[in-house]
Amino acid sequence: MSKPDTTPSGWLETRLPIVSAFRREYVDFAMPRNLTYLWNFGAFATIALALLIVSGIFLALNYTPSVAEAFNSIEMIDRHVSSGWLVRAIHMGGVSMLFAALYVHMARSLYYGSYKAPRELLWLTGLGLFILVMIAAFAGYILPWGQMSYWGATVVINAMNAVPLIGPALASWLLGGEGLGSVALHRIYVLHFVTGFSIVGVIVLHVAALHVVGSNNPTGVEPKASDDVVPFHPYYTTKDGLGLCLFLMVYAALIFFVPDLLTLANNYAMANPLVTPGDITPEWYFAPFYAILRAVPSKLGGLILSAGSLAVLFAVPWLDRSRVKSARYRPMLRWAILGLFLTFIALGVAGMHKPTGLWLAISRVSVAYYYAYFLILLPLLPKIEVTRPLPASLRGESV
Amino acid sequence: MKRYLLVTLMALPLTAQASTPEQRGFQVYRQVCATCHSLNQVHFADLTGIGLAVPDIKAYAASHQVPDGVDDDGDPKTRAAHLTDPIGSPYPNEAMARLANHGDVPPDFSRLAMTEEGGAKRIETILRSYAPKPVDVVLGPGSYYNTAFAQNHIGMPPPLRDGQVAYADGTKATIPQMAQDVGAFLDWVAHPHRVARSDTGLVVLAYLAGMTVLLALLKRRVWKRLKESRQ
Repeated sequence: MSKPDTTPSGWLETRLPIVSAFRREYVDFAMPRNLTYLWNFGAFATIALALLIVSGIFLALNYTPSVAEAFNSIEMIDRHVSSGWLVRAIHMGGVSMLFAALYVHMARSLYYGSYKAPRELLWLTGLGLFILVMIAAFAGYILPWGQMSYWGATVVINAMNAVPLIGPALASWLLGGEGLGSVALHRIYVLHFVTGFSIVGVIVLHVAALHVVGSNNPTGVEPKASDDVVPFHPYYTTKDGLGLCLFLMVYAALIFFVPDLLTLANNYAMANPLVTPGDITPEWYFAPFYAILRAVPSKLGGLILSAGSLAVLFAVPWLDRSRVKSARYRPMLRWAILGLFLTFIALGVAGMHKPTGLWLAISRVSVAYYYAYFLILLPLLPKIEVTRPLPASLRGESV
Repeated sequence: MKRYLLVTLMALPLTAQASTPEQRGFQVYRQVCATCHSLNQVHFADLTGIGLAVPDIKAYAASHQVPDGVDDDGDPKTRAAHLTDPIGSPYPNEAMARLANHGDVPPDFSRLAMTEEGGAKRIETILRSYAPKPVDVVLGPGSYYNTAFAQNHIGMPPPLRDGQVAYADGTKATIPQMAQDVGAFLDWVAHPHRVARSDTGLVVLAYLAGMTVLLALLKRRVWKRLKESRQ
C-alpha cells in the first residue's frame, strides 16, 4: 500500500480497494488503440439499460398489475401523472434503442471474431444477457394490457404449450391456472422486474470477463507491444462519450418527434379476449424470430427452428474453425457474413408481414441460409479459404 | 411600460374569444358526439390543455352527475362531477350503451385518433362521407350509407347537419367545418402532450448537439497525441 493508513483514502484502500480498482479498470485499463465506433455499442446498451431501469422504477410507482386497472393506469401515467408521458416515452423508446444497440454489438462480435478464444465466456454471457433482455421485453410488452399485449402473449403461450413434456406445465406455472388473467398479469409483472434486475447482475459478469481478456479489435490480432494499446481514459472516455451523445440524439429524436413510429397503434385499445386483431405483429425487435416461427407449417417445428436460431449462437465459438479472427482478413467469410446480416434483416421485414406468398418464400430461404452459415460455412470455409496476411502490430492501424 | 400593459389588456378579451379548431371541435363533441360517445380517459381538468377557462370547465363538469357510493339506506347516490373526474360515458353501463345502439358500444374517443387507421384525417373523412342512399342499395337496420367504407355503410347515423352548433367565434358550422374541428379535437385528445413533447425535444436535442460538438473537439485533441507520437 502506497498510502499510509492515516489518510481517509489510505484507510479506505486498506479495507476496500475500490478507488484503486476503479483506476486500474477504468482509467489506466489498456485498450487496443485501433477500435472503431462499432466498439461503442456495448456502452450504448448499458446506458439504454440504465435509463430503462430508472424510468421503469418511476412507472412501477403508478402501475397497477390487474386486468381491470392495468390499461387505465397506463393511460393515467400517459395523461395525468406529472411528466408521466416523458417517463413512459423514455421506457418505450429505450427498449428499441437497447435492442438496436445489442444487434449492432452482436453483429460486430460476429464480424470481427470477438467470440473466439480467449473470449468464449464473454460471448456466452453476452448471449445470456440477450435472452434475458428478450424475456424482460416480452413480459414488459404485456403489462399495458392493450390488444397487442394480450394477443402477442397468447401467441407466445400457445407456442409454449406446443413444447413436448414441459410446455403445458411451464405455461400453467406462468399463468397460474385461470388463463391470461389478473394472476398471470401479476406474475408477468414480477417476471419483468426480476429479469430486469438480473440483467444488471449478468452485465457485471460480462464486463468482468471483458476486463480479464481485454477488448478484441478490428484486426483480431492481440496487442503485444506497449504502444499497441492506449489507456481507457482519456482515449476511450472521449470516444465513447462522443458516440454516446450521437446515440442519445437518435434516442431523443425517436421519443420526442416520432414516438408512434415504433409502437403499434392498436395497443392503445384495451385488451379484448373476444376480438382478435386482423394481424398479430410483434415489435420490430422480435420480428426475425417471429418470421422463423411461422416459416414452417408445423407449430413445434417453427418453435424448434426459432429457439434453435438462438441456441446455435451458443456453439459459435466452437463452430468457427478458422485461426484468423477478423473477417477483414477472410475474403470468403466476409461475403458470407454480409449475407447473414442481410438474411436476418429480411427475416425482420418478413416477420412484420403475413406469412404468405413472397414473404413466406423469403422467410424460408433466409432461415435456410441462417442455419447454413453457422452449421456449414463457419466450420467448413476455413478448409478452402485463403486468408490475407495479418498485420504484425496494431501500431500501423488507423486510429 | 404602461402602453404595453394597455395593449395587452385590450388584446385579452380578443384572445379569450378567438377559438381554435380544438376548442370548436370540443363544442361539437359536447353538443353532438357526447350524446353517444365516451371520453373515459380524459378528465374535465385536461380541457385546460386546449385553452378552455377553468370556470367554464367547472360549469361543464357540474352538468354531469357521477356515482357517489351509497347513502345510509344503501341506495346509490350521485353528485355533480369535479374537475378531476373523467368526462366518462353518457350511458350508465355497457348494457345500456348496447341497448341504445343496435347491440354495439359506440367507440370511446380517448385514443380513437390513434387506433383508427388514418388517424384524425380518417375520422374527418368518415364524418364527411355520408350521402343519400342510392335506390338499388339495401341496408339492414342500424346501417347508414357512407362512402368512406369499402362496404359503403356504417352503424352510426349521420351525426352532423349544417348549422347544428352555433360556434362562439362565429365560424360558419358547415358539415366539413365541423368534421375538421372534431378531427382536430380528437387528435389532441389522443396526443394531449404533443406540444410539450416537441418543445422538450427541441431543448434536449439542442443540449445534446452542443455536447456533441464539445466532445468532438475534446476527442480530436486527445487522439491527436497518438497521431503525433506515431511520426
